[in-house]
Amino acid sequence: MRRIIDAVLPVAIAVAIALVVGDALIIAVGQSPGVVYRLLLDGTWANAYGTAQVIYKATTLTFTGLAVAVALEGGLFNIGAESQLAAGGFAAGVVGMLLPAAVPGAVAVVMLVIAAALGGAMVGAVPGALMARYGANEVITTIMLNFIVLALLNWAVAAHLHVPETLHTRALVTGTVPRFYPGAAANATAFLALGVAIVTGWAIYWTRPGMALRAVGFAPEAAECAGISTARVRLAAFTLSGAIAGVGGTNFVLGYKHYYEDSFAGGAGFIGIAVALAGRGHPVGIVLAALAFATLSQGGLAIHAVVPKQMVEVMQAVVIIAVAAATPEVRRILRQARR
Amino acid sequence: MMGQLILQLVRIATPYLLAAAGGVVAERAGIVSLSLEGYMLSGACAAAFGAYAGDNAWLGVLTGALGGMAAAAIHAIATVRYRADQVVTGIAINLLAVGATRFALRVAFGSSSNSPRVAGFAFGNPLVVLGLLAIPAVALLIDRTRFGLRVRAVGENPAAATSLGIDVARTQVAAVLLSGALAGLAGAYLALDQHQFTDEMTAGRGFIAVAAVIFGRWSPHRVGVACLLFAAAETLQIHLQTSSGIPSQFVAMIPYALTIIALAGVVGRSVPPAGLGKGVG
Repeated sequence: MRRIIDAVLPVAIAVAIALVVGDALIIAVGQSPGVVYRLLLDGTWANAYGTAQVIYKATTLTFTGLAVAVALEGGLFNIGAESQLAAGGFAAGVVGMLLPAAVPGAVAVVMLVIAAALGGAMVGAVPGALMARYGANEVITTIMLNFIVLALLNWAVAAHLHVPETLHTRALVTGTVPRFYPGAAANATAFLALGVAIVTGWAIYWTRPGMALRAVGFAPEAAECAGISTARVRLAAFTLSGAIAGVGGTNFVLGYKHYYEDSFAGGAGFIGIAVALAGRGHPVGIVLAALAFATLSQGGLAIHAVVPKQMVEVMQAVVIIAVAAATPEVRRILRQARR
Repeated sequence: MMGQLILQLVRIATPYLLAAAGGVVAERAGIVSLSLEGYMLSGACAAAFGAYAGDNAWLGVLTGALGGMAAAAIHAIATVRYRADQVVTGIAINLLAVGATRFALRVAFGSSSNSPRVAGFAFGNPLVVLGLLAIPAVALLIDRTRFGLRVRAVGENPAAATSLGIDVARTQVAAVLLSGALAGLAGAYLALDQHQFTDEMTAGRGFIAVAAVIFGRWSPHRVGVACLLFAAAETLQIHLQTSSGIPSQFVAMIPYALTIIALAGVVGRSVPPAGLGKGVG
């Protein structure tokens, strides 16, 4: 119970602060918070289409949130989920485009999920290796890699792989997955996201490699003394983190558009940081946080006519700062109260 | 030709020099500076708004510095007062700056991608001079002043600094605000140089400045050299962009790739201030 309070209370405070900031922004542009939040709900959970759109966005965010969370368990900041997600989607799109229609759908889906994982893992492994081998600051290397990888993918699509007059690849003829609701983007990869969340949570808390990961995150020197190779664990964690973000690309490629499109990631990698922090690194928390941020993101479109949708970008950042600030404060206050 | 090239290099180096000078101050005080990008972006936006409102570039310089400080104030409150994780907060400040500047653009000008044309400097840009002075000034500040001594004490060992009667929190807040002002000026340079603010116009320059701080091993003059190195890469990029057959995407990668190589190259020789990122004891 105590652990749940410790974990949830800072998030509740952060949400309250973010709502106050949201109110302030709404009032600043001369609108009424009640009206705007009503619009936001009307555009999301109030109907089947809105709900399905939220689930679609939450699916990608669950993957990127888990990716950031896995790295965070090892004390690593993966700011590269954006380009890992894009690389995963690219790998799935390119492999999918080359698969002939004769390949059975189920086989194709498995192949494309693996391709997406490998695409993301390749990008994730780079900062992992740079850190393990050279101790290079992973925050900066992942951000620089975002620029590099996104430029590479843009070149690959724009110069070679695109359908004329577009920035996307040819559509898949096999390996697509069904949508939940006609016209809305949510699709069966949502179950894959839940599955990955469960397996990741289990692996981190109940397996030997998961324990090694947490040991490295909690006390690297002590872990090294206990015979754990921090360099290897960090490389593995970054590779896994990249793979999870990469699989997120299947949501767009297999379930929604059926092709890879330049800059489809659209910031989901960065919101994944907020999801991981608000979700407290717990799979249930991450899925809930993904749904909450997806609601904000989709709701932003619904309110855009009255308040700029960038309001939700501000609120997302405020949640991260407030969670980070409230966590040590709440811990301190609770410790005093319990004495 | 050579003179022109050097002039171009110095101009490109200006935002790096200003932001990295700020980064040195904050990091020597023990506060991780991954938020330079956000300060810079806020400064650029505020500078464009100031220059637009007053139709005066100098007003833009002032508001730019204040814009950077405003973002830095949030970082300072969260990390110093509430002991929030410095890396997490720094990353979030950058996201906040992206969202807030877009929001401001949208509300003020009905576009989330760029501001209208704003006043600039008629002849040259005085911020270039400021950029050249920033590193030596910070070196003097850190090595030769009372405040600099406090900054170093707080950054190396906050507990010992406290026992000597130094107000750790105050010193750190001052250092972070100063870094915000300097990075804000870096942003103001970008906005006034291009006569407008465009969405995410800093394009990772704040992170490259952080890399310069690490590559320069937290010593102002070495950091200055690192900034010139990164600026040289960007100068090369601009020349290749216009004069070679290499795809533009590859040319655009040069500064980012060099940053990674530089970071990987300083391993073992790069020792941060002992109290960096630890928070107040």
